[in-house]
Amino acid sequence: MQALSYSVATSAEAAVAQFAEAGGLARYIAGGTNLYDLMKLGIERPIHLIDVSRIDGMDAIETGGDVLRFGGRALMTDVAYAPVVREQYPVLSESLLKAASQQLRNMATVGGNLLQRTRCMYFRNGAGSASMVGVYPCNKREPGSGCSAIGGLDRNQAVLGTSEACTAVAPGDWPVALMAMDATIELLGPEGSRIIPVAEFYRLPGETPDREFNLHPGELVTAITIRKTHAGLKSTYHKVRDRESYAFALASAAVALEMDGATVRVARIALGGVATTPWRSPAAEALVVGSSLTPERALQAGRAAFTDARSGEHNAYKIELGARVIADALITAAERRA
Amino acid sequence: MADKTSDNPGSVEVTRRLVLAVGAGTAAAGILPPVPRVKAQQTVTRVEPGQTVQVSATVNGQPFTLEIDSRASLLDLLRERLDLTGTKKGCDHGQCGACTVHLDGRPISSCLTLAAKIEGREITTIEGLASGSDLHPMQQAFIDNDALQCGYCTPGQVMSAVACVTGGHASDPDAIREFMSGNICRCGAYVGILAAIQQAAKVMEG
Ligand SMILES: Cc1cc2nc3c(=O)[nH]c(=O)nc-3n(C[C@H](O)[C@H](O)[C@H](O)COP(=O)(O)OP(=O)(O)OC[C@H]3O[C@@H](n4cnc5c(N)ncnc54)[C@H](O)[C@@H]3O)c2cc1C
Ligand code: FES
Ligand code: FES
Repeated sequence: MQALSYSVATSAEAAVAQFAEAGGLARYIAGGTNLYDLMKLGIERPIHLIDVSRIDGMDAIETGGDVLRFGGRALMTDVAYAPVVREQYPVLSESLLKAASQQLRNMATVGGNLLQRTRCMYFRNGAGSASMVGVYPCNKREPGSGCSAIGGLDRNQAVLGTSEACTAVAPGDWPVALMAMDATIELLGPEGSRIIPVAEFYRLPGETPDREFNLHPGELVTAITIRKTHAGLKSTYHKVRDRESYAFALASAAVALEMDGATVRVARIALGGVATTPWRSPAAEALVVGSSLTPERALQAGRAAFTDARSGEHNAYKIELGARVIADALITAAERRA
Repeated sequence: MADKTSDNPGSVEVTRRLVLAVGAGTAAAGILPPVPRVKAQQTVTRVEPGQTVQVSATVNGQPFTLEIDSRASLLDLLRERLDLTGTKKGCDHGQCGACTVHLDGRPISSCLTLAAKIEGREITTIEGLASGSDLHPMQQAFIDNDALQCGYCTPGQVMSAVACVTGGHASDPDAIREFMSGNICRCGAYVGILAAIQQAAKVMEG
């Protein structure tokens, strides 16, 4: 890790100003659970860190009005256990509580979570596997160097949204839930503030997998907002992983429904663990809207989400697994009280 | 929980490590409170290799101020600068829980915590749980239930376990297992760990 300087910002404006002053090799640090990890691996190489975890008021969790509003540096734990979130938006609470560990959730912020980088083994140069540690070509880490996962050990790779250049999975659970809830992201940058839908926050890898977010240099995530909806009540985040807890998703689904009796009136379905970005599936939604939700119908919807899926050598299982995860999540959501 | 320490800051058992650290001569005095121990560290002028930042915080009830390398982790600060080697380094990447300490009363992974970020905050490590020679009920429960084999993961397990009970997550075995999933035990002492938490929960919840 190279030498670096460190400063603390106490306001969002100050953070943006410090970033402008420090230049392109600065990074914001919130919990540090992803950034500091990648610095230890030599993958992120900032020369200046701006601590945004002490910004006044940017940890606010507001649930009283027509929107839910979570400050960018609010901790995952605090958002997950906020009473309104727990009771009325299980999809949000579950997506947070099924992520990482209690220690990490006490450090990690809901803003930093949006920007965490892929766990693709090749991107991380084999970190975490004694037999894999090395230096691998990776278009995300070294643009133009090639993709080691394509034709390599691709068991964890994406089947949706991939390109010839990259098949790395978007790792976060929270962004998948936000996608289902049509969240918006509030940003403050050198050019001022703006608000964008979470769906526009993420970029498909295409030919430039190194560019993952539609974020201008120095832009700070100040808040995440969600318009309150009845779909929150009949919602769930279902996550299947290699072990029961404390692992990234092999396949996950965020589902939220509004129903008239047994008939689905509104469906919001998003996927994790299987795609290169948090992935909304209008095709799956269309299949359940207007009909009553039978197990067969739910599985049909699940399959519809994967019509365009492309698998490699070891990850075809994600297509069937992902379809079943959606189906199970639909049934769970439908059974929740409204 | 974390505040156990502040009950009785003046008395501390002379541990084997303390003896090693300060030399038998001083330790012969019998009682060496943690204050001088931490202060002793500060008097060592150590030149950090990179750019530095000054950090002042509290560990186990004792305030300290140090000039540290801005890249340092809280884990390395505790172990290398404050000689609090109870906190263990397993993976150094947030994956195993061996480095768990409490920051302002909540468990965190000290390996992924940039030390510079702890300015003004309160840390409790495994060394800060006991009151003098009285073990914390969770420490006692780990002993009573053989909740360890090699013991390397144990300080982290105990720190999480204490928070498991105080945070109200020890209601049933599944809740305990879920809460404790961030602490990996290579020896597979999970059965004993679960039993220890159940025992300690009864004591702690009175
Ligand atoms: C062992 C392990 C297991 C994990 N398991 C899961 C899991 O199962 N599911 C899951 O979803 N996540 C998981 N995570 C990832 C974890 O949730 C993220 O690392 C965390 O949410 C990132 O938040 P942070 O505050 O620590 O971000 P940081 O590490 O501080 O920052 C991450 C990135 O975001 C930028 N950033 C931070 N805050 C802001 C802001 N306000 N505005 C603009 N940019 C900002 C930083 O510059 C950096 O680029 C795991 C992590 C570890 C180490
Ligand atoms: S050493 Fe910190 S989690 Fe493993
Ligand atoms: S007792 Fe050996 S790792 Fe847990």
